[in-house]
Amino acid sequence: MIDLTVIWAAIIAFAIAAYVVMDGFDLGIGILFPRFKVGPERDTAMNSIAPVWDGNETWLVLGGGGLLAAFPLAYAIILPALYAPLTAMLLGLVLRGVAFEFRWRDPAHRATWDRAFTTGSAVATFAQGVTLGALLQGITVEGRAYAGGWWEWLSPFTLLTGFGLMVGYALLGSCWLIWKTQGPLQQQAVRYARRFGVALLGVIAVVSLATLTLETQYYMRWIEYPGIFATAPVPFATAAAAFFFFRSLSRDKDAHPFLWALSLFGLCLVGLGVSIWPDVIPARVTIWEAAAPERSQIFMLVGAVIMVPIILVYTAWAYWVFRGKVGSEGYH
Amino acid sequence: MNEHDLAIVLARVQFAFTVSFHFLFPAFSIGLASYLAVLEGLWLKTGKGVYANLFRYWLKIFAVVFAMGVVSGIVMSYQFGTNWSVFSDRAGPVIGPLMAYEVLTAFFLEAGFLGVMLFGINKVGRKLHFVATLAVAIGTFISAFWILAVNSWMQTPVGYEVGANGQFLPGPSWWPIIFNPSFPYRLVHTVLAAYLTTAFAVGGVGAWHLLRDKANPGARKMFSMAMWMAAIVAPVQIFAGDMHGLNTLEHQPVKVMAMEGHYDSHPDGAPLILFGIPNSKEKRVDYAIEIPKASSLILKHEWDAPLKGLDSVADADEPPVGIVFWAFRIMVALGFAMMGLGMWSLFARVRKKLYDWPWLHRTALLLGPSGFVAVLAGWVVTEVGRQPFTIYGVLRTVDSASPLDAPAVAASLVAFVIVYFAVFGAGIWYLLRLMKKPPEAHETTLDGSPIRSAGITPAAAALEGEHA
Repeated sequence: MIDLTVIWAAIIAFAIAAYVVMDGFDLGIGILFPRFKVGPERDTAMNSIAPVWDGNETWLVLGGGGLLAAFPLAYAIILPALYAPLTAMLLGLVLRGVAFEFRWRDPAHRATWDRAFTTGSAVATFAQGVTLGALLQGITVEGRAYAGGWWEWLSPFTLLTGFGLMVGYALLGSCWLIWKTQGPLQQQAVRYARRFGVALLGVIAVVSLATLTLETQYYMRWIEYPGIFATAPVPFATAAAAFFFFRSLSRDKDAHPFLWALSLFGLCLVGLGVSIWPDVIPARVTIWEAAAPERSQIFMLVGAVIMVPIILVYTAWAYWVFRGKVGSEGYH
Repeated sequence: MNEHDLAIVLARVQFAFTVSFHFLFPAFSIGLASYLAVLEGLWLKTGKGVYANLFRYWLKIFAVVFAMGVVSGIVMSYQFGTNWSVFSDRAGPVIGPLMAYEVLTAFFLEAGFLGVMLFGINKVGRKLHFVATLAVAIGTFISAFWILAVNSWMQTPVGYEVGANGQFLPGPSWWPIIFNPSFPYRLVHTVLAAYLTTAFAVGGVGAWHLLRDKANPGARKMFSMAMWMAAIVAPVQIFAGDMHGLNTLEHQPVKVMAMEGHYDSHPDGAPLILFGIPNSKEKRVDYAIEIPKASSLILKHEWDAPLKGLDSVADADEPPVGIVFWAFRIMVALGFAMMGLGMWSLFARVRKKLYDWPWLHRTALLLGPSGFVAVLAGWVVTEVGRQPFTIYGVLRTVDSASPLDAPAVAASLVAFVIVYFAVFGAGIWYLLRLMKKPPEAHETTLDGSPIRSAGITPAAAALEGEHA
């Protein structure tokens, strides 16, 4: 049944998906940054995201702020449970955010800020992956509060999801550069995209199998009758997306690898949704248990219904203004 | 002190530290965004190059300030959950939607148009670029609107119901929640403070360059504009602050007792304590220099009006007096210093000596950072003054925290301190370096960065400068 709570779950999911779509490639470029030659190549990579990163990161604020507003109980349990990784993520985002400005302001220390850019991007990405993994593996809840220690999130599985997301974002970053650049940097990006594409498929396979062992709920959903009829298409669709992704790398439609890589991410999110629905904290708290009262939901829904389309329009416009290939000197 | 109490103290220090650092940047960027919009508007209207040059000069500074504001702001939106989860759970249904509106109506607007504002002028043309600048400026104001509605509701909570699970739930209408009793006053006082902070920063930079070259047209223009702001806005701000104080007396009288240092009740007229050392142990102000009955005159507009003191409040419900008392005096003293400079500049302007009096410029330079200090002092007054509550009168700070582990809070606090001092220290250093350079006739746009010279090549910028 579709009620306000389901609509809000969809909006939060949309915000998180939008964040992954938009900030994923920014962070990926940060992770790959040391591999680019100092000088025009690094400047080009940076220029390709400089005008849009701030808007991209805002989706993370909407995800967090939206969670507080629409599912306050979930916000109040998840954030203390992930204290250390979230703090690391915030500090990582501080480092990479200021690096955009500071590397131009201080050429004498550009190498330092380039390192801050990479460190910040890598730490933020890893922490986001750990967060996802920790949610999937389950967190200890008592009453209306988190009841575990401050290292509960740490496990081989969360390390795997942390590194896995780094691989995924690095793939998105490579594909973005295929789209937005040309010449040697673009060729380098194609090579990376191929490698990270293979690596990401491996990560998806391992994480998917490991997830099945975490909670019986996941296992039941995916493997047992009748759920398997609904879930079976997801792996096949993933395989198909992977095929088209690799094929697009050897053709000269520069935008296509990025779009196919995004479709891989989209399918992962669908798979995630299948596993945890209708919980907001997997196997612990459902979206209805955590939901804000109807008055809060309605009040915000008015704003979201009006504002989100407007935001998407002017965000698209901002991307449109900076369309085309980017250079180290300017747009061609 | 047991471990949980220690964790709460650390969490409070962490919040105070991160929010203080954070607010320095929006206090500047709210005013600076409006100033940039005014400069660009004047440029479009008059075609005078001096406005274009000043716009470019301050845009470089704005870019750095804004980036630091964004990254330090995201920390705040997550810290509510990491350290103050009980507060988040209980107040989320009321304050969460207001913060969601801030994201939807302000953050996206600012961030979406910032790229065009910084890098897009030659891609979209001057008029559309001006629209982008306006969008960013309006976005900063909308952001202030919502976050101050949240803060004010926590100070003067109304319009809510309490649910069976202990949550604060919105009542039938959102209007009283948003426009709660202290909100209009706090909004006006804070936005004016941001404008004054920017005016004095701009004025200080202008004064610095006038002291070196009083013929520099950019320095003259920015100094003159800043001094108009000082002369007009500082008195208005003092009036607005007084109104805000009266509103606080009505809704949070204990905070005013701490501001005034009134340990004792005064049934027939309370003295105004100008200076003194609050001694909370003995519950008196040592070495007080006071004007008899003046506090009653200011707060009640009557010499003999009775005023209650902290002796009428349970000790457990009192804020720390010393911090509030001193922060209040710092803020007020700076406010009057700002107004004094504004009046002096008016006098100099009438005498046609605005650009000629070095002592005026030296004073303006000295007061350049005064807005930042006054803003932080003001926030200390209002935030420490509402202790020991997070939601005034109904939720105590000690009952608001997450199930925290002291080592986790301590470790993250250390990490924040190190990263903030390193990163924002460097950022402030870059700001000062940008300010040290005099505004030039052929001011480049965001020079040094290829993308930025992309739109506006130095040659093109120079040509535009020729409009002067």
